[in-house]
Amino acid sequence: MEFKPQIIAFLCNWCSYTGADLAGTSRMKYKSNVRAIRLMCSGRVEPTFVLRAFIKGADGVLICGCHPGDCHYNEGNYKCLRRYHLLKKYILQLGIESERLKLEWISASEGKQFAELVNSFTETITELGPCKIKETMEALK
Amino acid sequence: MEEQKPKLKLAVYWAAACGGCCVSVLDVHEALFTVISAADLVFWPIALDFKYADVEAMPDGHIDVTLFNGAIRNSENEHMAKLLRKKTKVLVAYGSCSHMGGIPGLANFSTKEDILRRVFEETESSINPEKTRPQTEYTVPEGKLEIPEFFNDVRALDKVVSVDYYLPGCPPQTERLVEVFMAIVTGAQLPPPGSVVGAGNKSQCDECNRKKTENKVISKFFRPWEIFDDGETCFMEQGVICMGPATRSGCGHRCILGNAPCRGCYGPLEKVEDPGAKMMSAISSIIEAKESEEIEKVIADIADPAGTFYRFSLPASMMRRKLI
Repeated sequence: MEFKPQIIAFLCNWCSYTGADLAGTSRMKYKSNVRAIRLMCSGRVEPTFVLRAFIKGADGVLICGCHPGDCHYNEGNYKCLRRYHLLKKYILQLGIESERLKLEWISASEGKQFAELVNSFTETITELGPCKIKETMEALK
Repeated sequence: MEEQKPKLKLAVYWAAACGGCCVSVLDVHEALFTVISAADLVFWPIALDFKYADVEAMPDGHIDVTLFNGAIRNSENEHMAKLLRKKTKVLVAYGSCSHMGGIPGLANFSTKEDILRRVFEETESSINPEKTRPQTEYTVPEGKLEIPEFFNDVRALDKVVSVDYYLPGCPPQTERLVEVFMAIVTGAQLPPPGSVVGAGNKSQCDECNRKKTENKVISKFFRPWEIFDDGETCFMEQGVICMGPATRSGCGHRCILGNAPCRGCYGPLEKVEDPGAKMMSAISSIIEAKESEEIEKVIADIADPAGTFYRFSLPASMMRRKLI
């Protein structure tokens, strides 16, 4: 059976979710593997959210926030960026490919970029194959 | 003569542990007389000569309280956990290892195969051309010999049997143990089963006496030996990773009072699912850098993030182990 990756995307309310919305209202087509979760700010993305997404079966996790300097709450996206780098190091130590976690800045006007990002990220994850965490969790039961 | 109140039956057992927890029980010093006037120690391998068969011969629910320390690493640990659960009314996960997996839980960064290969083939001192490995069963003329099976995965006690209370710490602060013990003896109201006892409900930082500055940011991390600690300023502000923000209080700040940063043995605060994730969150708030490259440079100084943030809690964390 063809592998269809499941991707969880955490989108900030002010830029990235609006950007994704623009992709929709502009009738752009992009891969349907992404499940979007809207948060008020990328700074709201706790490391726990990302870990839980992987455990519950996500093959990839995408975080999108406002461009640096544009955060509605001034600093949220910087906080997210630091968490992202720490998390990448952590998941790599546990044997999850760090490419499975991606952070990109998407502004409210970047619908096209969002659609392209989803397509390219889906491609990356499809090449990587299913995340091994499901097997591990199954083996531990 | 006034009839004596029946004595409590108390057991202490170690599974995959260093023995420090058992010693922390001995550290009650002269309060031991209070303990033995209220309780009979019916099983305690480190100090008393009772055998497993003696425990097996006990009726179910015979023991009132068991302090179980140590993680579940092999089949013997698992067998004893199940046996003591059956024989005990109140099973207490005593110490970080049975609470969260503890230091033995760090073995979850590798597999059984990695460990056996390293120990029996690759260590500098081993000569083993036939690559002999321990077998769980071996027949000799006198009969069959057995040793416990080494598991691939280290587990906390509550992953194997149900646990009534958790008493955290590496080792638990002896004063906390005496408090909990006295509460049991006097029949005081205990918190609902499944609770952490003998620890606070605040973070270490909340109760720490070191000087803290509002909104302080740092631009470099140091290992503890790389700085001259002034003995007063918050460790994090000095750039030394201290698990205080993500760790439960109750230990009396023994490490911090000894000028060493908190290592996180008391585990996460209530309702926190993943202690290390909370720590990553806290650390991200104090780094000054805003550019990817700079951030990567700053966190490159954290030698082993997973091992540092999950030093005592890997088997009880969300991911539990390195993927297999």
